Amino acid sequence: MDLLRLATAGSVDDGKSTLIGRLLYDAKAILADQMEHVEEVSKRRGSAVPDLALLTDGLRAEREQGITIDVAYRYFATPTRKFILADTPGHVQYTRNMVTGASTADLAIVLVDARHGIVEQTRRHAFLAALLGIRHLVLAVNKMDLVGWKEAAFTAIDADFEAVAGRIGVEDVTAIPISALLGDNVVDRSRNTPWYDGPALLDHLEGVEVAAGVELDGARFPVQYVIRDPATDYRGYAGQVAGGVLRVGDAVSVLPGGRTTTVAGIDVFEGEIDAAPAGQSVTVRLADDVDVARGDLLAAGAPVVPTRELEAEICWMADAPLRVGGRYALKHTTSTVRAIVDGVTDRLDVATLKAIPGPAPELALNDIGHVRLRVSRELAVDPYAVNRATGAFILVDEASNETVGAGMVLAPAS
Amino acid sequence: MSTTVDALTHLQALESEAIHVMREVAAELEWPVLLFSGGKDSIVLLRLAEKAFRPARFPFPLMHVDTGHNFPEVIEYRDRRVAEIGERLIVASVQESIDIERVVEETGPRASRNRLQTTTLLDAIEEYGFDAAFGGARRDEERARAKERIMSFRDDFGTWDPRRQRPELWNLYNGRIRKGEHVRVFPLSNWTELDVWQYIAEERLEVPSIYFSHEREVFKRDGMLYATSDHVELVDGEEPFTASVRYRTVGDMSCTGAVESSAANLKTVVSEIAATRITERGETRADDRVSEAAMEDRKVAGYF
Repeated sequence: MDLLRLATAGSVDDGKSTLIGRLLYDAKAILADQMEHVEEVSKRRGSAVPDLALLTDGLRAEREQGITIDVAYRYFATPTRKFILADTPGHVQYTRNMVTGASTADLAIVLVDARHGIVEQTRRHAFLAALLGIRHLVLAVNKMDLVGWKEAAFTAIDADFEAVAGRIGVEDVTAIPISALLGDNVVDRSRNTPWYDGPALLDHLEGVEVAAGVELDGARFPVQYVIRDPATDYRGYAGQVAGGVLRVGDAVSVLPGGRTTTVAGIDVFEGEIDAAPAGQSVTVRLADDVDVARGDLLAAGAPVVPTRELEAEICWMADAPLRVGGRYALKHTTSTVRAIVDGVTDRLDVATLKAIPGPAPELALNDIGHVRLRVSRELAVDPYAVNRATGAFILVDEASNETVGAGMVLAPAS
Repeated sequence: MSTTVDALTHLQALESEAIHVMREVAAELEWPVLLFSGGKDSIVLLRLAEKAFRPARFPFPLMHVDTGHNFPEVIEYRDRRVAEIGERLIVASVQESIDIERVVEETGPRASRNRLQTTTLLDAIEEYGFDAAFGGARRDEERARAKERIMSFRDDFGTWDPRRQRPELWNLYNGRIRKGEHVRVFPLSNWTELDVWQYIAEERLEVPSIYFSHEREVFKRDGMLYATSDHVELVDGEEPFTASVRYRTVGDMSCTGAVESSAANLKTVVSEIAATRITERGETRADDRVSEAAMEDRKVAGYF
């Protein structure tokens, strides 16, 4: 059985938490005591129907305000798949939490209120999902009951979103007319939408094929931790394969240094294995006695050129803006270096999804922009579009220790 | 010559994610500790630590916050497992916290040492200077836990601020802290109760006998079955009787309920969990029933 990680996206009040509640409830992933609790609290608050959003809005402040502040993770399974679902906040001020939820997802459900259509936050979230490397979107047109189940309302929104998808470069979009509150087309096909012949949401989630990161030509292996056992004279380099498939016998470069050696063995607790796919945690033995430490990247196949100059899209997450000349700690795979902001080339206008040509002096909270950085030590990066794990980094404010930015390396301009 | 490699199954993916988290913490923090209670989740944590660091020794000790009200079968298992694995165990004792008057023992028939554990835990973290503590909590257990990061920051009072959590992007954990602060790390965040049992079965891990059905003297309180013991006072109308039960969670005898069950081995336990219609904490933990946000409140104060 495989694992699908997905996230919700969309504006506040479009019904994200309700949809998840409905999905979990109809997939029988809500247990009796959880449902009793929801019914009891809903009744106490004077609601006639159970408020399914209470299932994911787990914090006191969220339940008091009736909004989602932070991402909540939910788990459910069908006979064919396990799902990890990140329910993300719709409010602009909590965008950074949406980015947290989307960063590990392979599919996003973008919710739209059928009465309001595509709004700025829909575009922002769809764009963020695409920027974070999510290649599969579901456009869930919600609250269809409130527009009389009219096909025209659905097709108009679908057409509007096609333009958005084109601009953000996502090819796989599946539009589904739903009512999260009533359950139409969530788990079971609805009788209210005879004009719709596509799948219900859960059917689609069970069947959709997502790439697992093994398609990279070669392999990437960031060294995380050196395991030594003096008693058995063991020395291995522990880490998680970060793209492609690593095999015994692979010729690898140790980057950024550039020396080459061969994978002599791949060990797991149970013994030796021949090959490890992206995502697997293993310990690698090398044929030559080379100097290898945490932060080095073992690269096989497609070459990587270490660099001290990065061009990246950055999503800014702190109240204090990112400023040209600002210095931050930068963590890329298992390597932490210092970075200086050389310039903000342009910023994104979320309303039009077009770049506002720069240069700009700063990026404010929730801004997304194209930034040039210089780093204190060479980093072996891939473009994020080619490989998420070796194309991503975070920026940390060294005074407050807060995570302030999410960075995605751009392909070098040619 | 390249043969095809199968994609990871969901349990392999969860296992690799957890190992990655443990190695990150070992690499980036100075002095971690792994909280080991002898319960099923910490049994899985211990196996994951073996997978992450063997053949070397663990780069951290184990610690149990012992309330003194634990099931004797679990303490026996704990000591045996620690001896087998050959690592160091620190026992932080709630009884000692009571003896030195750091905390005051609750009284009455519903007295529990559950809350007192927080002080003992925070005191031990401070005393030993730990800057990271691995816990076996899972997001599927409870709605406040569903919100927590895998690596979760604690200020120098040990408190959690759910409204100001650090963004946690990809698998790039930010473990930067100042002196006196620490992080709680939950490698099993994305596991469900069923995943844990399936993993225990696949790995053929031994668990304390109380997880399997056995005859026990119990009494009924608030719809739950509690074991009779020196740590619990019965009130009027509570009559002890013998039943075939097992435990879904392992906590204090005073606040952990048993479930009626005939599941006597891992296979039947896995089937029982797959078919259950009640959550483990809802079925067996009195400590979560105090209020709508009981867990959130305890977590803010520094609980596991």
